[in-house]
Amino acid sequence: MDLSTVPGAILEVLVTLVIIGLGVAIVEGALYLLLVRWLKSRLAVPLMLIAPAFVGLVALIVYPLLWELNVGFTNMSITRFCDPGIPAGLFVHCKDNPNNMFVGMQNYVDVMTKPVLLQAGFFQVLWQTVIWTVVNVTFHVLGGLGLALLLNRQLRGKGVYRALIVLPWAMPQIVALAVWRTEYQPEFGVFNQLLGLVGISGPNWLADPFWNFVAMIITNVWLGIPFMMVILLGGLQSIPLELYEAAKIDGANAWQSFRNVTLPLLRPVMTPAIILGTVWTFNNFNVPFVINGNELETSDTLVTGLFRAAFQYYRFGFAGAYAFVIFLLLLAFVIFYVRASGATRSVTE
Amino acid sequence: MTTQPAVTPLPVAARTRERAGGTGIGEGPLKRALVHGTLFLAALIAVFPILRVISVSLRPSNELLEREFNIIPPGATFENYVHVITQTDFVQWLINSLLITVGTSIVGLIFAATSAYAFSRYKFPGRGVGLTALLATQLIPATMLLVPIFVIAVQLDLQGTYRGLMIAYSVTSVPFSIWILKGYYDTVPIELEEAAMVDGCSQLEAFWRILIPLSTPALAIVFLFNFLAAWNEYVLARVMIASNADLWTWPIGILRFQAQFQTQWGDMAASSVLVSIPIVALFLYSSRWLVNGVTLGGVKG
Repeated sequence: MDLSTVPGAILEVLVTLVIIGLGVAIVEGALYLLLVRWLKSRLAVPLMLIAPAFVGLVALIVYPLLWELNVGFTNMSITRFCDPGIPAGLFVHCKDNPNNMFVGMQNYVDVMTKPVLLQAGFFQVLWQTVIWTVVNVTFHVLGGLGLALLLNRQLRGKGVYRALIVLPWAMPQIVALAVWRTEYQPEFGVFNQLLGLVGISGPNWLADPFWNFVAMIITNVWLGIPFMMVILLGGLQSIPLELYEAAKIDGANAWQSFRNVTLPLLRPVMTPAIILGTVWTFNNFNVPFVINGNELETSDTLVTGLFRAAFQYYRFGFAGAYAFVIFLLLLAFVIFYVRASGATRSVTE
Repeated sequence: MTTQPAVTPLPVAARTRERAGGTGIGEGPLKRALVHGTLFLAALIAVFPILRVISVSLRPSNELLEREFNIIPPGATFENYVHVITQTDFVQWLINSLLITVGTSIVGLIFAATSAYAFSRYKFPGRGVGLTALLATQLIPATMLLVPIFVIAVQLDLQGTYRGLMIAYSVTSVPFSIWILKGYYDTVPIELEEAAMVDGCSQLEAFWRILIPLSTPALAIVFLFNFLAAWNEYVLARVMIASNADLWTWPIGILRFQAQFQTQWGDMAASSVLVSIPIVALFLYSSRWLVNGVTLGGVKG
């Protein structure tokens, strides 16, 4: 234990807080002069309330996104490094670099036609990501719904079951993943030990492309079910009991009342949960990154591939274009899904 | 940057109502046994990795790789815990994580609380667009922002310091927090603030003295949410501060135990347990309010 660095860390944190405070003070002061003193605007109060968060989000999300869009049109890499800047420099090559780095749509063409990583092309990684997302979300919803239905009744020990089943969600993800990776160790990980007990020699979970992918999915299913269960249980509990009684009087059996009462009434809760679950799974970085150990390209999803393109191969320009393709895919999915599910909801209600 | 589902207060009605069971009235003993069996199995699978890591952490150092399933291993000992605390930088990583996390959670909470007030109580141009834009930020993969943030940080000389990392952590949870807090503020009657203003408060005093105290549960949950997001964050920290070992947060450290040529199983298991206990306790404690704010916002939006 060496705590000699702690005072330095405390100082660093305090300095950061002071910097943030000063930044806020400057922004608020400028707005005060502009809106209150000069324009005497009615909107001064709300705009000043929003200003710190607004400035922060512009600096950390909007500016980097525009920057990345711009870099996507250049061939910037670790060896051809320069800051193209924005917005005056949007679509303009670097001022401080003699070489013209502007390559137009070339990076977008490359994303589609050349290997994104060393071997894997974009469509292979996309395909892996789609399988990864669909399989995970399906298991999350089925598992979560099943457990929620089981827990949505009078039951001895219900609270204990619930608390235990929620644990994978509660655990710090990095810890859970580090533990799971050790369990996939081929010699003394628990999977191959259990398989060994029934006389099967288990696969090499860490080196075999197929089984590594399976291992990623097993881990993420384990991680994701508790969230779905908690949300769907909340949804189930908000369904009035009278509806089930009415269905029973009408002669509905268990399946019919599930199909015609539970599912439609669960939809307002389920639709956003599925959208969020899909986006989170699609964007999940930690699971593929840790379980795979950043080794097999066949286990990469789009976001871990993006990390490699940027921080292993240092193709920043290419990574910028690649990132925007991913973003557009997600946007298209959400618009499509919201439209589709919104339409079905208005039919049932 | 990792988005975690938030927690919001469960309506009282739903909390107090114990359900007689959707289909569970008058079940036979066989069905009851099946239900218990399934739930028991699910609970076992959920808990199993945790039991394993506890078990490994208690093993004496010469038996770390034994193939055995006992939860309390023969010759159980705390030597791994002593080792990880005294012989590695684990405590330092924990302190670093705690400092950053508390600092950024407070800043994030203040930013979100004030913005949410403006969104809840004022009409101004761009309000609707702003709320939608905040939701849209949730779509962006954290990895996508890594390259620009990294390069910008390098140019501003912020890489290898806490400044860049903390500013990023302060802001990343803000959009989500604004949605939760706006939803909560909307449920507080505006008449309370108006009454205070009749009594001579300014609008901001009314916000500070009336709305903030009334919103304590939501503020606590947003703080918790910010706290967990920053506490568990790995990839941005790796990009920003991995180069300076003095600044490491615990996720970087724990994965380093594993990533070296020889995994240090004892250190890894013991530190995993130590990191998890407070977080799991906090999580279970707050699970009384644990129904999602996510879907609340989604349904309303």
